[in-house]
Amino acid sequence: MSQFLVERGSLPLGLYILSSVIKSVIVLFVLLTSVAYTVWLERKVVGRMQNRWGPTRVGPFGLLQPAADGIKFLFKEDLLPPHVDKPLFIAAPMIAVIFALTSISVIPFGNPVTIAGYTIPLQITTDVNTGLLLILGVTSIGVYGVALAGWSSNNKYSLLGGLRASAQMVSYEISLGLSMVGVLIMAGSLSLQDIVHAQQGVFWRFIPHWNIFSGQIFGFFCYLMAAYAETNRIPFDLPEAETELVAGYHTEYSAMKFAMFFMAEYANMITVACLATLMFLGGWDGPMFGPPILQAILPVVWFVVKVFCFLFLYIWVRGTLPRFRYDQLMAFGWKFLLPLALVNLIATAIAVAW
Amino acid sequence: MLSVHLILFLAFGAVAVAGAVNLLVQRHPINSALSLIAVMAALAGEYLLLGAEFLAAVQVIVYAGAIMVLFVFVIMLLNAGVEEQTKGSRVAILFGIPGMLLGSLLTAWVLLRHSGTESVPAGALPGSPTEIGWLLFHDYLLPFEITSILILIAIMGAVVLASKHTSPGGGPAQKVKD
Repeated sequence: MSQFLVERGSLPLGLYILSSVIKSVIVLFVLLTSVAYTVWLERKVVGRMQNRWGPTRVGPFGLLQPAADGIKFLFKEDLLPPHVDKPLFIAAPMIAVIFALTSISVIPFGNPVTIAGYTIPLQITTDVNTGLLLILGVTSIGVYGVALAGWSSNNKYSLLGGLRASAQMVSYEISLGLSMVGVLIMAGSLSLQDIVHAQQGVFWRFIPHWNIFSGQIFGFFCYLMAAYAETNRIPFDLPEAETELVAGYHTEYSAMKFAMFFMAEYANMITVACLATLMFLGGWDGPMFGPPILQAILPVVWFVVKVFCFLFLYIWVRGTLPRFRYDQLMAFGWKFLLPLALVNLIATAIAVAW
Repeated sequence: MLSVHLILFLAFGAVAVAGAVNLLVQRHPINSALSLIAVMAALAGEYLLLGAEFLAAVQVIVYAGAIMVLFVFVIMLLNAGVEEQTKGSRVAILFGIPGMLLGSLLTAWVLLRHSGTESVPAGALPGSPTEIGWLLFHDYLLPFEITSILILIAIMGAVVLASKHTSPGGGPAQKVKD
């Protein structure tokens, strides 16, 4: 049977299921908390960039603002406009959030740990051989959430937002995939664990052997641009451009259904940041020191620090850049990013074959 | 005893068949398109059960994630309405149902006769990306490259057909003034 189903390392089936459930609960809790606090961070940082305070009222430094927002979303009236396509209108936010949360399941957060003689990988699934493809597949299904939301709302602005989102995601998915192939060639594997292991070591005693420093700088640039477009973030946030489309595909959504789109967007941002860390920034690779207990925790700490830096970059870009025009978006994706990703791929292939 | 494998096979198969039936029954094109996506996802599950992980992932990425997005995109763009159904032709009922039964009987008979009753054992297919890559880029390199050139020609043909309204100079079509 396939690796997805039976390969459970050294664990007996019962313990395997138990460990998977525990890991899923922990990862989901951490993910949803980080989603809430990424929103807080974004409001705070963008606030400071624009010379205002951001949230300050709820709790110290506005730290309880996510809780307040959550309560507000829960208790707001859940409007169902009269002319919507009801089943799809309700299903669309669920599709968006389910697939956004699923893709985190193959992300490894560190080396496998050994507890009581059993080796447990630090990711929800085992180290599947096609983990990266699984992420790409799940994210490509996530488009339907946005597209169907736009269509089922029976609203011109929503429809335009949904159409823009699906066109943009299909266009940039190619560059996203191609930008990662360079890394795959260098690692010689599709498994995310192997990709991280291939990046260990240093050049000249201090520069880490991460892919971004060993020739994949253009690949990283392509990935960065395509990832911003895939997650509908500024400067590629045309599906929800408020100056043109009110709020784009989620114009008709209120309360928890709107919150689901919001959660999906931020969960996607975090997945993309995790993937960038694994593919280009060396994963959990970092300086190791101190007693054994610290050494056990440090890889996860390095991983989280790198993901945080990537998320901060997202917010920084949002506070800095204006939005592209639609034709610029398409020209950039097809005439600049795609050729660049292809050239990078060919150059990497030649360099590795040399 | 039912193995996990068999249960999963039946579950994915049931989803695929239900999706296919729903595809025909639904009257709105977007619901039909969504049923087709369910069929493709269920097929990816079946591939996974056979051990063809790479094929399963590609099935989801290419069919469910790219081709069907375009289908849905076009349906949304054209704002296609609910289709009108006729009562069905008598010829279809008279010949279609017996023909379908005969066809499936023949297929089942041929399959049972020539390949035995054993199904493909789980995980028997070469499913890892390395094996697929070796097959595509070494054993079947020429057919693979010819197929890519064929697809390239098809794309160029589509571009030519789509841009037939432009003037020979390559600029946009000139407006006809009466």
